[in-house]
Amino acid sequence: MVFEYAPAPESTSIVDIQTSYGLFINGKFVKSKDGKRYKTINPATEEVLSEIVLAGKKDVDAAVKAARNAYGKWSKLPGATRGKYLYRIARILQERSREFAVLESINNGKPIRESRDVDLPLVAAHFFHYAGWADKLEYAGVGSNPQSLGVAGQIIPWNFPMLMLAWKIAPALAAGNTVVLKPAETTPLTALLFAEVCQQAELPPGVVNIITGAGETGSALVNHPNINKVAFTGSTEVGRLIASSVAGTNKKVTLELGGKAANIVFDDAAIDQAVEGIINGIFFNQGHVCCAGSRLLVQESVKDELLDLLYERMQTLRVGDPLDKNTDVGAINSASQLAKIQELAESGDTEGADRWTLKCELPERGFWFPPTVFTNVTQAHRIAREEIFGPVLSVLTFRTPQEAIEKANNTPFGLSAGIWTEKGSRILEVANNLRAGVVWANTFNKFDATSPFGGYKESGYGREGGRVGLEAYLKSGDK
Amino acid sequence: MNDLSIMKTHKLFINGAFPRSESGRTLELKSSKGQFIANLARASKKDAREAVLAARSGFQKWSIATAYNRGQVLYRVAEIMQGRKDQFISELVTQGASKRDAEKEVQNSIDRWVWYAGWSDKLAMVNGSANPVAGNFFNFSVPEPTGIVAIIPESKPALYSLVEAIAAAIVSGNSCVVLVAKNSALAAISLAESLATSDVPAGVVNILTCDIAEVAPHLAAHSDVNAIDFTGVANKELAISLEKTAAENLKRVLRPTKNGTHGLNRIKAWLEIKTVWHPRGY
Repeated sequence: MVFEYAPAPESTSIVDIQTSYGLFINGKFVKSKDGKRYKTINPATEEVLSEIVLAGKKDVDAAVKAARNAYGKWSKLPGATRGKYLYRIARILQERSREFAVLESINNGKPIRESRDVDLPLVAAHFFHYAGWADKLEYAGVGSNPQSLGVAGQIIPWNFPMLMLAWKIAPALAAGNTVVLKPAETTPLTALLFAEVCQQAELPPGVVNIITGAGETGSALVNHPNINKVAFTGSTEVGRLIASSVAGTNKKVTLELGGKAANIVFDDAAIDQAVEGIINGIFFNQGHVCCAGSRLLVQESVKDELLDLLYERMQTLRVGDPLDKNTDVGAINSASQLAKIQELAESGDTEGADRWTLKCELPERGFWFPPTVFTNVTQAHRIAREEIFGPVLSVLTFRTPQEAIEKANNTPFGLSAGIWTEKGSRILEVANNLRAGVVWANTFNKFDATSPFGGYKESGYGREGGRVGLEAYLKSGDK
Repeated sequence: MNDLSIMKTHKLFINGAFPRSESGRTLELKSSKGQFIANLARASKKDAREAVLAARSGFQKWSIATAYNRGQVLYRVAEIMQGRKDQFISELVTQGASKRDAEKEVQNSIDRWVWYAGWSDKLAMVNGSANPVAGNFFNFSVPEPTGIVAIIPESKPALYSLVEAIAAAIVSGNSCVVLVAKNSALAAISLAESLATSDVPAGVVNILTCDIAEVAPHLAAHSDVNAIDFTGVANKELAISLEKTAAENLKRVLRPTKNGTHGLNRIKAWLEIKTVWHPRGY
């Protein structure tokens, strides 16, 4: 049965969005030297929120210079002192967590329940975790004399703006690097608010620089001769460009790219839990998740039962206002992302899969796509091969564990996978055979500051989180 | 003429066998004094593709072998090389090394296999972890091999560099396709013979003597190759072009550097970290 819920909107009075923003360079907000401006919107309403800089080459240069100037002192500070700055940041983020969560939902379109209960707690946890590493770098695994790299150019996506910022900035700073970070074009606001946190924490000017912009700004940053490290989370397509453009330099690179995760359900799975896991796997954050469980691989004998339960469970999903505390599925982040999801879903129709769409009322304004399931999907279909990055699930079947593994691995991606079975030995054997960096068994889409995250194959290289996440920002100084 | 020596035919090493190049081409190898030594098989693009196929099937077996087994196999390579020590020394001398340097290099190469062999069952301890996540989960990370590594090792010291590059790749379960230039070919082919008699499964190591600039771009572009070690590419332009090509399927890369990449850092270049979550509860 479906309960009627009264609206329960989260108040927006806690956030104060300025009509326009500059760039955060060398500890303060400055005007752009050669950039243009664009408007950032609320994807749930299409309301204009603020005017943002599309940073130009000179802006990028100024930011890199500031980071370079700050690097000497920052990298030579005692690790314990760098750690204390990071602890300060972690605490301020906890104090202002609600403000960040509301702003994140406004600019991104994700449900407040997720930004409040998942994103922001993880953000603070990441800073807290890496703060403690700053004076323990000799245990990071790069030898007895670990050295920071220098200036890191960091580019993050729009799906988890603050969480990705934390994944990038926290380990970089702990290791003694300084950073220039570019948030995604459509979601700049929380990164700009983070600049204020750096000021409140009295972080030395230039240690963190935040420049807004789109692809050209990112490209100028990656190709800047005076950076030593590139960290990128985003599409595999852009990842390839970056890997190619650093050829011949000694820039160290970590790439966290796309995925097409298989969520494998065996016939002995606890079926209600599996249904919850499938829902969480593909509809969490509107499916705007690189590790989303977008390919459901279900054992043939339980397919009908599972799908019936899945459709039934989907009826209770509440789609709509991201700021409503009862909302499960929020807005699609942008018009262009919506168009991409629509185009891929249409390919599912034309290639012969069967579409099932949740009947739900969608708001008139803003960008929306109802939770959708495709059945009769073959491995050749585009919806089984390409990353949709939306609330669209493709269902395939298998008979034997070997076939499940074969199908799960039959993709150029290798970011994540799910396994649902009550048999322990099968979990371990299947997990062993999956070519994926994160395997969730009887759970899905769980993240933690201590847990390494990153992909095999074309899902990129390097890991974020935990000790190995720190290694990505260090080099061996051993002779 | 009963004392007429039998000259060795120098061939490629693919899938545990020693074929000639399918192209029928050879590279004439001469000593520093200009004396004819051998007609080396000159590998082609097609040979490289065959080697990648072999490496994939080698990977399937080798990557699931137990760490204990891999350690023993690597140790066995050292045993076999020890028995052929004089042969390696004389080949290095033929290719231009002094007797003293050659002796030292061969012993170091043998010792290097022993050192790497010991890593096989320690890698997961040193690079893996149980992660204390904030919640009711058991969460662990383990290192796994990346897959197929294309290797263009440094040419000097010829044997030691080859051993360093190959051992670092295969100790964790990777397989490899190694390109060797004319000037380090003799020891490389003898190494292939040692590997062939050391219980290293067929296809785990494939060695192609070739013109590097001709064959390397094909491996860099091959979409079933997962990683490329081009530490031996001294030509800057070729190095850049290989790295750019390798970006197409996001190969892991190891670039040439002034001091080189050694030991554990080299092993880690070809490791993936896999993290597995499971809930706890009654």
